[in-house]
Amino acid sequence: MNLSMKWLQEFTKIPAMPMRDFTEAITMSGSKVEGWAQEGSEINNVVVARVEKMERHPDSDHLWICQVNTGSDSLIQIVTGAQNLKEGDVVPAALHNSTLPGGVKIKKGKLRGVESNGMLCSLGELGLTAHDFPSAIEDGIFVLTEEDGCDLTLRKPIQEAIGLNDTVVEFEITSNRPDCFSVIGLAREASATFDVPLTLHTPSVKGGHGDCSNLLDVKIEAEDLCSVYSAKIVKNVRVKPSPLWMRERLRAMGVRPINNIVDITNYVMLEYGQPMHAFDLRFVEENKIRVRRAQEGETITTLDGVDRTLTGKQLVIADGKKPIAIAGVMGGEYSGIMDDTTTIVFESACFNAASVRTTARDQGMRTDASSRYEKGLDPNNCLPALERACELVEMLDAGDVMDGKIMDTHFDAERRRIHLDTDWINRFLDLQLSKEEMQSILCKLGCAFDGDEILVPTYRPDLEHKADIAEEIARFYGYNKIPGTSLSGGAQGKYTEKQKFERTIHTVMRALGASEIMTYSFISPKYYDKIGMPADAPERNSVKISNPLGEDTSVMRTTALPSMLETLARNYNNRNEKAWLYELAVEYIPTTPETLPIEKNTLIAGLYGEDADFFTAKGMVEQLFERLGVINWDIEASSTEYGYHPGRCAVFTIEGEKLGVLGEIHPTVCENYGISGRVICFSLDIEKMFAHAIQEKVYTPLPKFPAVTRDLALICSEDIPVLTLEKAIKAGGGALLEKISLFDVYKGAQIEKDKKSVAFNIVLRSKEGTLTDEQISGTMKKIIKELEKAGAYLRS
Amino acid sequence: MKQELEAIRLKAEQDLNAAESQQALEALRVQYLGKKGEVTAILKKMGGLSPEERPVIGQLANEVRAFIEGELVKRASELKQAELEKRLQAEKIDVTMPGKRHELGTQHPLSAVLEEIKEIFIGMGFDIVEGPEVEYDYYNFEALNIPKDHPARDTQDTFYINDNIVLRTQTSPVQVRVMEKQKPPIRVISPGRVYRSDALDATHSPLFHQIEGLVVDKGISFADLKGTLETFIKRLYGEDSVVRFRPHHFPFTEPSAEVDVQCFNCHGEGCRLCKGEGWIEILGCGMVHPKVLSNCGIDPEVYSGFALGMGLERVVMRRYAIDDIRMFYENDVRFLKQF
Repeated sequence: MNLSMKWLQEFTKIPAMPMRDFTEAITMSGSKVEGWAQEGSEINNVVVARVEKMERHPDSDHLWICQVNTGSDSLIQIVTGAQNLKEGDVVPAALHNSTLPGGVKIKKGKLRGVESNGMLCSLGELGLTAHDFPSAIEDGIFVLTEEDGCDLTLRKPIQEAIGLNDTVVEFEITSNRPDCFSVIGLAREASATFDVPLTLHTPSVKGGHGDCSNLLDVKIEAEDLCSVYSAKIVKNVRVKPSPLWMRERLRAMGVRPINNIVDITNYVMLEYGQPMHAFDLRFVEENKIRVRRAQEGETITTLDGVDRTLTGKQLVIADGKKPIAIAGVMGGEYSGIMDDTTTIVFESACFNAASVRTTARDQGMRTDASSRYEKGLDPNNCLPALERACELVEMLDAGDVMDGKIMDTHFDAERRRIHLDTDWINRFLDLQLSKEEMQSILCKLGCAFDGDEILVPTYRPDLEHKADIAEEIARFYGYNKIPGTSLSGGAQGKYTEKQKFERTIHTVMRALGASEIMTYSFISPKYYDKIGMPADAPERNSVKISNPLGEDTSVMRTTALPSMLETLARNYNNRNEKAWLYELAVEYIPTTPETLPIEKNTLIAGLYGEDADFFTAKGMVEQLFERLGVINWDIEASSTEYGYHPGRCAVFTIEGEKLGVLGEIHPTVCENYGISGRVICFSLDIEKMFAHAIQEKVYTPLPKFPAVTRDLALICSEDIPVLTLEKAIKAGGGALLEKISLFDVYKGAQIEKDKKSVAFNIVLRSKEGTLTDEQISGTMKKIIKELEKAGAYLRS
Repeated sequence: MKQELEAIRLKAEQDLNAAESQQALEALRVQYLGKKGEVTAILKKMGGLSPEERPVIGQLANEVRAFIEGELVKRASELKQAELEKRLQAEKIDVTMPGKRHELGTQHPLSAVLEEIKEIFIGMGFDIVEGPEVEYDYYNFEALNIPKDHPARDTQDTFYINDNIVLRTQTSPVQVRVMEKQKPPIRVISPGRVYRSDALDATHSPLFHQIEGLVVDKGISFADLKGTLETFIKRLYGEDSVVRFRPHHFPFTEPSAEVDVQCFNCHGEGCRLCKGEGWIEILGCGMVHPKVLSNCGIDPEVYSGFALGMGLERVVMRRYAIDDIRMFYENDVRFLKQF
């Protein structure tokens, strides 16, 4: 919302102060200033001048040499290329060393050998258009006229002569304050902020052109959606440009002047915050106005020339036969003011905010009017605004205002009452204000009192509860004058066990060399194809966003693998030699359409580059399990996990439940992502790890007796996994077995075909005493026996 | 014999000094003091001496022997020292060569700053609560005093799953869930991912992170809100931070405020960083709206509370002068390794 400071001053005399102080103070009382600008501040040393004499340039067929009177003793010579000038015209002259909008600098010089001491300016060069000065033309020099309201005094700075000297402040208005979308609303805030009186004006209309109340029959049929419909009629409309002062103000507020009637509707909307609508009486059929819901499928062509089909929920203003406007949004094509319009209806009405909002949204047209209505307007504002419009019609001699009015209303005129609970407010804000101090603040905002009851003005629908009153007190007392206190009570904050568990995952993963990433939770459904997910996989059933930004972000991922692979691919494409990454990602597993999905926390990791191979990643998982206290897990090869290499993939389980997957990414998938080289990923279910983790650490005293080590070289079928052999060694070794380390696996020369040689280092130790030879050989025999049962024999 | 001994002493001294290795020394020890050594040979011949001469020569022989032994030790030590010197010399390294590194992973900058924020709040007695990202419209909006068709919904462009389920636009629904379950006193923060249908560009992302806080208890006042936030901001931004509370509007708090810190760069003068305002907006807050408390089954006549909310990305972008929000979600290792 833009605000003209000149217009503001009409209602409240703000003491003179630097603009920065003004904007700071009003921001701190709750009307936030986004910025401000001095109109014409970019213009310097441009003055009013009269063209006294014009001669053709000797060397040009289009240039003119003008002798210009700037009110000083001698004439100044300026050359111009414009063809619209004649001697005696009063024009803006940019003198030597002047500046124009956009940082343009004017200096004296020569044009085809003739000295020119400046430049005569067009509207455009001053940052204006013909809307601002209707008598002037845009492709020529701006000729100032009294008709346009210009001051023709020579030597006057141009800003003063044409009223280009307002200051415009841009406010951010919050959605709870529709009243502040008006000059009067902001004036009320300013008067309370600077503690200066607010002087409102009561419009007065002379009328005397017959009674209009019988010309139209108005009825609000949709009483729930319209609280007031009021209108007045103006005869003998005289459409012409508005006077300079009105054009200036509209321009300052960012509204383009059109003609007196349209300008009046806009002027009143800006001043009162009440949208106005003017339409031609000729096109109202049967002399009826009906405020009703549209019939399903009814059509209207709106002012913007678009044919629109209405729904039964949308409110319209209709005549006896057809809709003539979409209520609160836009008028119909025929309601526009035309050259031959003689009699117009000024409408000022109040519509239901939610209804206007949804209609404007569904019709895809947010207008100045709808953006005001949708925040909720004051029904009591309709009539004053209507009167003000008619007053302006008379003031501008734009037509003959008829007496009486056409009106239907359905609202409760009672003001809302709130008990002024000073004790509660003082406690709530930690202040010690008296009732009188509070009342004084509230009075400035238009509240009245009935004993301890606050009578809330109807333009403040946001004041409903004593907390709302507390806010009014706080913002005019000053938020920053309220003290700051520490919370009392000795609350202890802490991480939950689950949060600590997740922190450990982060710490361990980073210590293992992986860097944390964060990826989007939504993906493209095509990503499932990219990772080779089968067409019938249940994981394709994802939570879908009904209004996504694009396909790439349209479903909530059921697996974090594509996000990881995208990230690895991006790094790969950016020529990063190595990337070891992990994320604590959420996967969204749908339930039923009406209930929330399960949000599954997953650790996903991905590696490529130096040292990235299956066993490095497996080592990471093993170490992570160890640090997290996840023991007794199992692993087996899997050739059925999509996305992974069928011969280099494993599934981790614990007590029969799947903990996660580890493997090399399938070469085809790598190709889909444009990565040549090996990529290793693993994903682990955080909830399951947490559920099975043994958090308590148990201390085992350091051994007192020496250990014995033995190497075992075995031969077995190459199909037998090492884990099977390890399990056999554990079974045979029993309590004396301290540690097994695999140190060699060999296939090839000297080994039978389809067999492999596997070598382990075994450490045996007893807690009771130094191992005897019998104990050692007995245990080794048992180990060998178990190994033989598993199909492995000592290599001879 | 005496001359012989003196000659041995002299020769041994020369030999020892000339010896250049431990082996050479050992050979000399054998040559002089061994069973067949020169000194030993003299001692063996002592039997032929007169009783008067014997002690004199004996003493001299022992002296020579002791002398040689002493010289052997001395020379051995010298040689060892020389060898050590030589080794140390040979082992000299170029210490400016790069160290061998075990590569550590890094924490995502959003995660790192979030952790810092969590710890500040934990220190002030807050717990950390989490909740669903795919959330019922009721928790995200209606319980927070934002009914359907409320204009405030315009400012939060929402991703819908269906009419009743949305991607949460804020983490406040977590607070509603806490209030439904837990009796006051409540002191929690709820960090997490939130979603708004803003097209991705340098300053907007359809997914970002928020941290919201909630305190509900008997007698919580606006002054408590101010004090708590001032403490938080000073811990996060430094003890010399200047803070101001500016009235604003949120549907779920009343009174509401936006909190600005004085621009670190220009100290309030106005510069490019603060867009000439001298202040940088960092969070929104307010006293929990009585309707929100009632919606959650907490009696607003007995309890009051405050809530706050801030965007994590903005904080991190300002701290590290990162000018493009997309960097956080692109995860280029050259970016990640800087934190």
